[in-house]
Amino acid sequence: MTLGLINANPVVHAKKERVARTEDPHGDDAVDPLDIYDFVRDIRDPEHPYSLEQLSVLSEESITVDEKLGRILITFTPTIQHCSMATVIGLCLRVKLKHCFPPHYKVDIKVSPGSHANEESVNKQLNDKERVAAALENPNLRQLVDECLYSSEL
Amino acid sequence: MRRKSSAGVVTSTDAKAVAESFLQNLQVQSLGQHDRKLCFELLECLLERYPNTVTPMGDELIYGICEAVDSEKDPQCLMLTFHIVEVLVQLFPDTSGPFASFAGDLFEILSCYFPIHFTHPRGEDLGIKRDDLSRALMLDSLKYLSSCTSNYGPERMAKHARAIWLSIKDALYTSLQEPTLSFTSESLDGLVFQENEIAKEALTLLQQVIMQNNGLFLSLIVEDEDINIILNAVPSYESYSDIPLQGKLKLFAAGCILSISTKTSVACCNMIFESFFPRLMEILGLSEKKLSGDHSPKDNYLISKRLNFGALYLSVELLAACRDLIAGSTQIACKSVSTYETSHCMLHSFSNLLTKAFCSTLVTSPHDADIYFGVKGLQILATFPGDVSPVPISEFENILITFMSIITVDFKKTLLWRLALKALMNIGSFIDKNNESEKILSYMRIVVEKIVSLVSLDDVTMPFPLKLEAISGIGRSGLNYMLHIIQGFEEALFANLSEIYVHGNVKSAKVTIWLLECYSNKLLPWIHENGVFEEVLLRFPINIWKQIESCVDFSVPEKELLDAMMTAMKHAVAFCSEESQNEIIQKSYNVLSSSTSFPLKESVALTIPVQLEGLQLTQKMDNLSCRDEWILSLFASVVIAVRPQTHIPNVKVILNLFITTLLKGHVPAAQALGSIVNKFGKSSTGSEISSDCTLEEALDIIFQLKLWTHLNNGALLRCSVNGSEMGHTDLCQAVVNNKLPQILAITGLSWIGKGLLLRGHDKVKDVTMIFLECLLSNGNALPLSQNSLENSCEQDLRASVMKSAADAFRVLMSDSEVCLNRKFHAIIRPLYKQRFFSTMMPILQPLIMKSDSLLSRSMLYRAFAHIISETPLVAVLGEAKKLIPILLDCLSMLNKDAQDKDTLYSLLLVLSGILTDKDGQEAVVDNAHLVINCLTGLIAYPHMMLVRETAIQCLVAMSELPHARIYPMRIQVLQAISKALDDSRRAVRQEAVRCRQAWASIASRSLHF
Repeated sequence: MTLGLINANPVVHAKKERVARTEDPHGDDAVDPLDIYDFVRDIRDPEHPYSLEQLSVLSEESITVDEKLGRILITFTPTIQHCSMATVIGLCLRVKLKHCFPPHYKVDIKVSPGSHANEESVNKQLNDKERVAAALENPNLRQLVDECLYSSEL
Repeated sequence: MRRKSSAGVVTSTDAKAVAESFLQNLQVQSLGQHDRKLCFELLECLLERYPNTVTPMGDELIYGICEAVDSEKDPQCLMLTFHIVEVLVQLFPDTSGPFASFAGDLFEILSCYFPIHFTHPRGEDLGIKRDDLSRALMLDSLKYLSSCTSNYGPERMAKHARAIWLSIKDALYTSLQEPTLSFTSESLDGLVFQENEIAKEALTLLQQVIMQNNGLFLSLIVEDEDINIILNAVPSYESYSDIPLQGKLKLFAAGCILSISTKTSVACCNMIFESFFPRLMEILGLSEKKLSGDHSPKDNYLISKRLNFGALYLSVELLAACRDLIAGSTQIACKSVSTYETSHCMLHSFSNLLTKAFCSTLVTSPHDADIYFGVKGLQILATFPGDVSPVPISEFENILITFMSIITVDFKKTLLWRLALKALMNIGSFIDKNNESEKILSYMRIVVEKIVSLVSLDDVTMPFPLKLEAISGIGRSGLNYMLHIIQGFEEALFANLSEIYVHGNVKSAKVTIWLLECYSNKLLPWIHENGVFEEVLLRFPINIWKQIESCVDFSVPEKELLDAMMTAMKHAVAFCSEESQNEIIQKSYNVLSSSTSFPLKESVALTIPVQLEGLQLTQKMDNLSCRDEWILSLFASVVIAVRPQTHIPNVKVILNLFITTLLKGHVPAAQALGSIVNKFGKSSTGSEISSDCTLEEALDIIFQLKLWTHLNNGALLRCSVNGSEMGHTDLCQAVVNNKLPQILAITGLSWIGKGLLLRGHDKVKDVTMIFLECLLSNGNALPLSQNSLENSCEQDLRASVMKSAADAFRVLMSDSEVCLNRKFHAIIRPLYKQRFFSTMMPILQPLIMKSDSLLSRSMLYRAFAHIISETPLVAVLGEAKKLIPILLDCLSMLNKDAQDKDTLYSLLLVLSGILTDKDGQEAVVDNAHLVINCLTGLIAYPHMMLVRETAIQCLVAMSELPHARIYPMRIQVLQAISKALDDSRRAVRQEAVRCRQAWASIASRSLHF
């Protein structure tokens, strides 16, 4: 982190208004992309005091979910091509979703096509559970992830 | 310097010295930020605390301040300077004083802050956000400018007119961040700037300066480029949705400016109308030029193309402002038409066209915005005050007719319908308030009568609930209308009722139920609030009784109808005064005694209650004829609703009647009994009612009757009420015949008990003892020589009797909508729930401990649950420590049966109340593991989502207990929660995530920030 910021001047977007869901006692309460988005939109960016939503790293449209098969696919867009924080962001997403969904969900996390210089290797790294587990055992990394997850009040 | 400013006990001479040296020696703007801030604080202090010392310094002081304040840029200092200037102005109120000569300088200094540019880097300013600052500054300066205006008079202000006008415009444009227009019926007469203080202040200022110097400012407005640009842009967008956001804001701002300047005075109104109105009309396609050519088809002129939204909006704003102005000035009683000449003439010549144009908008436009302003425009045209109205009465009637046709035909367009109704209500109340007799007449003819006829018509096209909404809305907009409507309403009601009585018409029954509901929920309360209609209130119940009396045989299958009828009866009676109630109850008693088969002879009732009782019981349970049941129920309703002072004729007989009927399963009779004992004797002792009986006698009657001992028979126990011991009678017969009466008797008794409990009578103890003995009856029950079939049958019976006894506690404790509440004049002792709670708990707790039979223990839990969930939380908290274990057992017991879900939920709410309270948490600590066991069990409760959600919320609250206590349970909780993450309901899942995080973070340092 001594090398200075990787993206020193990111574009900040306005937070979208939270839509309160209408209370419908008999409505369809299946897991939908908005559910997932609500969990992850406030994750803080590893190097800026903005949320992933504000930096447009994530959007509701970039999340797909198949409740029957129990699969979630999140595609995120790093702010710049060679962002080394992409893996950290991916790791944050993974940890957060692990907390918020029962273990039988399979979560795939990818960077959106063409948005990152090392797209393939980043995708591979993020979906390799051995490497994820190893990364989370690194105390520094773990602390960084936790900071991003739980300091959402900016 | 710093020391002195903070000391606060500086003498005035010292203060003067400080001020002088300040003015002579300090070049404030050449200092650093911190020092400047201190300087301003010092100045502020001097001005506020030593006004008498510094005022004589006059010019010098003001000049010094001007100099110090000039071109200040730091936000924190700016806040101070603005305050300083404000105080300064207050110090020199004299318009010809020293301050006046500096006014110009000050304006220059201040006006450079508009518009505000805030370039301060983020994060450096401590707690001052850009928005806060600019808002505060703007508000202050606007207020300041208005006070200047009133202080300095028109001549001095004239110099700055242009600057002020520009600032106002800027303030308006910048403060209107988002479109504040809303198109709901509520806003039809409402204000727009509820939150936007800056806009409000800016408009006030504008009004003030215009009032002072109207020629100058008006010409500024009329010639203003922006407004003209906005106006020119109007024709390019046809409908509201076409206009871009920025355009909407500008349009809105222009609307505000025009409206406020029109409102200011008559001359302004004329001028604004002259300069803008023709243009707007032209855009709308209504200009005179176009029409004067072919005069004859003018009347049939139909607006073919859609109205332009912008022009529609602006003209409605102008009309509204003009209307407000006229309405305001008529109250000051200067209403010569000539003063309004210009605007009046214009309006007069256009009113016909405008009306048509607005009407056609309503019919053709699919856009909410157009419809909204169309309705608003019509409403405004209809509410110009009488004598000076530019709108002739025929137009007024046309408007009413248009709205009425919307009401009757266009009920599918929800927004339009609601707006039209609201507009009609507004018009109605307006003309009613202003006493415009001619218009009221047309309103009555066109609106009220039509609306009344809607209800009585057998017209099925329009949904009935909408009819009722319309009728009650119109009725509530004026007394005269209401009187008229009530009359028609009752006619329709009785016509429908007789239809039902005579022909058993089911369709009318539904309509009647609606009518009755509307009557009791909407019309009655309004009548009561507004007053003076004793005879109207009285008429309804009396007529109902008369009608029933005259109908000798009828059969009404509808239970719902009877319920609605009873509710309406109760409400009507409850609102009546004592005298009217006496009249009603006398009438109803006459009907009851003359035309039913009930034995009402006093001698029978008093001398042979036992035989009577036996006689009644041997009869079939459902031998009540339909008509008798109606009369009895309605009579019970009257009794329930009367005031304590009202005299109930022949109480003893009635008591007996109610007792016998309640044993047939007639719950209203039980409620009426409860009501009688509740209100008894509070005022009737010693009066002429002594011919009847006192409360004690009444109670004796109730308790000496053998019905309660029947109850004991059935439950197979030897219980003594009033000392009379009952042995087992024929067991078999008791089981077969008395199965129902026992339960019914318990229900009846519970209502009586409630009546007693509310007034705090001792006898309630006896009642509860009977319930308790029922609950415990299991222990000494001796099913002797019966075969197994009867035995099991008896088991069932016993269980259901016990259950009803347990449920009786809910009746005792809960608030009832139906009877024994404030609305129906019950006598309610303060804190009766707490009192009952604290008497019952010491009795129940040992009983639960001692109870060895599963059944009666579960029933005791049930009773416990009912009591505790109805007790105010404060009372429960005091005992929380003792109650928690029982409460938990209770929860796990209720968990077993899906039927108990509501009880379970209300009990869980008690637990959650305890857990979220500070003292409550302390009480829980010792039993933490029990609580958590219980809650984790409830996370998977399948029958009710609220239970799961609340259980998880309780767990979140538990995570705040001392860590040492709860740490051992952590794994257990996390495991249980992870299942809830997969819950079928979203709300539960979200709570589960919260809970999971709360519990996960108590273990790892890194998770908690």
